[in-house]
Amino acid sequence: MKNIKFLLLGTIFGIILIKAEVISWFRIQEMFRFQSFHMYGIICSAIVVGLISIQLIKKFNIKTISGEEIKIADKEFTKGNVIGGLMFGLGWAMTGACPGPLYALIGSGYLVIAVVLLSAVLGTYIYGVMRNKLPH
Amino acid sequence: MNILFHPWPWYISGPLIGLMVPALLILGNKTFGISSTLRHMSAACIPTNAKFFKYDWKAESWNLVFAFGVALGGLIAGYFFKNPNPIQLSDAAIESMNQLGIKNYSGMIPEDIFNFSSLLTLKGFILMVIGGFFVGFGTRYAGGCTSGHAIMGLSNLQLPSLIATCCFFAGGLLMTWCILPYIMNL
Repeated sequence: MKNIKFLLLGTIFGIILIKAEVISWFRIQEMFRFQSFHMYGIICSAIVVGLISIQLIKKFNIKTISGEEIKIADKEFTKGNVIGGLMFGLGWAMTGACPGPLYALIGSGYLVIAVVLLSAVLGTYIYGVMRNKLPH
Repeated sequence: MNILFHPWPWYISGPLIGLMVPALLILGNKTFGISSTLRHMSAACIPTNAKFFKYDWKAESWNLVFAFGVALGGLIAGYFFKNPNPIQLSDAAIESMNQLGIKNYSGMIPEDIFNFSSLLTLKGFILMVIGGFFVGFGTRYAGGCTSGHAIMGLSNLQLPSLIATCCFFAGGLLMTWCILPYIMNL
């Protein structure tokens, strides 16, 4: 039951993703072709709101609803940020979807996207198996 | 009622996506990110000796529940409150889509390519199966996706996230401009 709030937040996020049309292969193509401001407006305004929120949380030392200190781990640089980043970029433009939209698309009835999701799980699995041999 | 069926403009939907960051932090002390769910599913479903999957994925179950919620949101907004109109793409984009040979604009994705029977064509297989593989391999290797790096990481002023986000775009541009036209001609 402690996870019910995450179910609710996820549902809200899924609704936003659909209504923002960021789950659309067409919109992703339009973005990579610089043919519309739509996606850039969404990504940039999301970052601005996220940035201000985190600054406020840090400045006023805001706690969680259960009174815990809010902790955000720093990201560490690895070569994977570059190599993996490029790979994900290729896949993003092919499938027109990053992981969040995959779930939203399946939910909205595009069941064939479950194949894309399974393939993505397999990709993660192969990464995990090969991890020690990859540059980091 | 229109607001339920119609798409939302970027200045509404973008800030709402940004609010997911403080919502997850304040409600659950969780950092926003989706691609980790792929790792949890792999750890839960595929038996392996790889150390990368030897962790308590059940402790991260919130992430899977969140992803299930995203699918549920997709059902609500994309099925029950489905936008009856095609996506209002820019004229330039429609021109480009025509050049790629896409004819069906009625849905959220090009249904003439993304369907079960085209999985058996070279074009469909490459776009869906190979593309999906790149998404899964790439996000984990990069340590995050558009949500974990581009939104959460940049919101927290993380340099590795900036580098990763630039590479996401570089990869996407390379695919869109140099490779996709060939795949679409297969």
